[in-house]
Amino acid sequence: MKINIILAGVGGQGILTIAAVLDTAALASNLNIKQSEVHGMSQRGGAVESHVRISDKVIFSDLIPQGKADMIISVEPMELLRYLPFLKKDGLLVTDSNPFLNVSKYPDLEELYTEIQSYPNSILVNAQKIAKDLGNSRATNIVLLGAASSQLPLSDDCLQQAIKTLFERKGEKIVAKNLEAFEKGKEIAKEIFSKNVIL
Amino acid sequence: MKKLLLGNEALAQAAIDAGISGVYAYPGTPSTEITTYIQNSPIAKELKIHSNWSVNEKTAMEAALGMSYAGKRSMTVMKHVGLNVAADVFMNMSVSGINGGLVVVVADDPSMHSSQNEQDSRYYGKFALIPILEPSNQQEAYDITKHAFLLSEKTGLPIMVRMVTRLSHSRSGVETGKRELQNNINLSKNPHQFQLIPVHARNRYQHLIDIQTNSRENSENSNFNKFIDGSNKSMGIIAAGIAFNYVMENFEDGNCPYPILKISQYPLPKRKVKQLFDTCEKILVLEDGYPFIEELVSDFLGENKKVIGRLSGHLNRVGELNPDNISKALGFTQIKPKEIPNIVTARPPELCVGCGHRDLFNAINELGKENNDQKVFGDIGCYALGVLPPFNSINTLIDMGASITMAKGASDAGIHPAIAIIGDSTFTHSGMTGLLEAVVENTKMTVIISDNSAIAMTGAQDSSASGRLVTICKGIGVDPEHLKVLTPLHKNLEENIELIRNEINYDGVSVIISQRPCVQLSKEKKDNIKHLLEIAIN
Repeated sequence: MKINIILAGVGGQGILTIAAVLDTAALASNLNIKQSEVHGMSQRGGAVESHVRISDKVIFSDLIPQGKADMIISVEPMELLRYLPFLKKDGLLVTDSNPFLNVSKYPDLEELYTEIQSYPNSILVNAQKIAKDLGNSRATNIVLLGAASSQLPLSDDCLQQAIKTLFERKGEKIVAKNLEAFEKGKEIAKEIFSKNVIL
Repeated sequence: MKKLLLGNEALAQAAIDAGISGVYAYPGTPSTEITTYIQNSPIAKELKIHSNWSVNEKTAMEAALGMSYAGKRSMTVMKHVGLNVAADVFMNMSVSGINGGLVVVVADDPSMHSSQNEQDSRYYGKFALIPILEPSNQQEAYDITKHAFLLSEKTGLPIMVRMVTRLSHSRSGVETGKRELQNNINLSKNPHQFQLIPVHARNRYQHLIDIQTNSRENSENSNFNKFIDGSNKSMGIIAAGIAFNYVMENFEDGNCPYPILKISQYPLPKRKVKQLFDTCEKILVLEDGYPFIEELVSDFLGENKKVIGRLSGHLNRVGELNPDNISKALGFTQIKPKEIPNIVTARPPELCVGCGHRDLFNAINELGKENNDQKVFGDIGCYALGVLPPFNSINTLIDMGASITMAKGASDAGIHPAIAIIGDSTFTHSGMTGLLEAVVENTKMTVIISDNSAIAMTGAQDSSASGRLVTICKGIGVDPEHLKVLTPLHKNLEENIELIRNEINYDGVSVIISQRPCVQLSKEKKDNIKHLLEIAIN
């Protein structure tokens, strides 16, 4: 068992929270992990990525080789496409649909969505809205994690437990909201997958 | 259970477990988390391990040496270019040697993710004639660092641990060991060890030379240098530090058919290298950074085609290694990856919304419109982003403190207006001496200290300058008439332009402190800064 995941977004959007849930769940499942992250200059509103690798065998490289990522989870739609060279054939793409507009030449949204949906296994979802409707817009990242969860080698129990562990110090309410966000993400993905004959 | 740690955190935990009494450091990507981990460690607090930030890397390393002089274990941590600042003490403390174990951690930044060059610290280690340890993964970062303190006390030398960005900033499960007690005060038996006047220095230097064979022997026998034999002798591989992982990544379950010499301890073990040379037809050298090993084992004219690597052009000479460029060097057929669609545009970092540097740049750019000859000399920090659009405010960016001294030289050459922009922490790190030079000659130039009361770029650590800038500038001798404080806010734009314009037109050195706390700071920290400013002698 081995899975390579690229997490993408803009500095400050919380991709490391997704990484932390994955790490915690994997460690609790006695699996090996390597997870690289970006610190320093790029964190200031620049493109950031995290490579997460989970396996029951030894993991050597901290970086995922090109064409070997099983999935890319992105908190921002254009950032998703930046890491396509890493995606394996028919790999999974999961992204929030809301653009982070701090660049002058941001692509036309329709064009961007069409591009994303041209890949066979893509989940384009307004996770921000789902999180907001739940009353916690900061849980966007957990909605996306939920949407990707059926393709992860980690059980739901394990992921939910990791969410509890990580958000525990922020109080019960935040834990509950994040668990709900995870559930919503799962539901949405299920719906999309059921319509998608390719997967 | 294993702990999930960044390479930097594994290293820091090892230092705590090795019984250090202090860590001395100045923040710098990718090294920062080593010190912050110790600062946040409850056990380090309980053990009263010194971990406050130093003013710069030189003061840090000297303080670490002072602790070692007392017989206690200490660590000093910096990014690669920080070692340039500390080079004076670094080169001399290998001559004096150490007393309590002393480890110098240097985090290199191949690919310049957050740096202005990709200098390879192993050259410094060799220059100072000290052993270098280079971990390949997080577990080894822990094991090597613990070992480094033992090696330091065994050899009487400071030991360099070289990290690279990708190891510093990648997490993995790490098995930690037991914690050693701290040393007691115990001075060197040789009263002349730390007295480097020529008569003693010559003795110490001779000693340093004499023990070089021991250092090489330690490398030959080091568990961190591994010879892993392989059946295919058409090529042998020397893989240093993290490069070892990238090689193994290219073979199913790490079953590499070629003999590999994994290097994690220097000086380079000669016998092990010879073993590889004698049995293999050619040698591929893989190392992140400069072709340090390759240069050592290649012939000068390159006519012996046996050695290939970054120097020979078989690998990119610039930028970091990764599994992909090593796959190419290993001769694997490359599958064309998917392309990034054309609609994807670059997203460079930018100053935060509401950042005070923004308002300062707006004022400076307005003044630039009035005077086309205006040149702005920048420095290291978030405000370096003023080089980029939309500001394009800064003309130079070289090293810590160079804004003030370059502005001075340019002013001496006849450039006017010459404006230096330097952050508060960079100013106390390396700007104060330059300002004194400008004051001594009353050079016609304007120094703007963009004071956000934090070492912001590396994560808003405490700045030694907080609440002290006015006092420092007065103390250096800046004319109080030309020492001004402004608040960089949009509503103050006109008056700020006016204030800066007046100082630019002054025929001498003036200092303007542009003061507003970093927006990343917590309310608690902002309140604390407010308090510091109130009690400062203004």
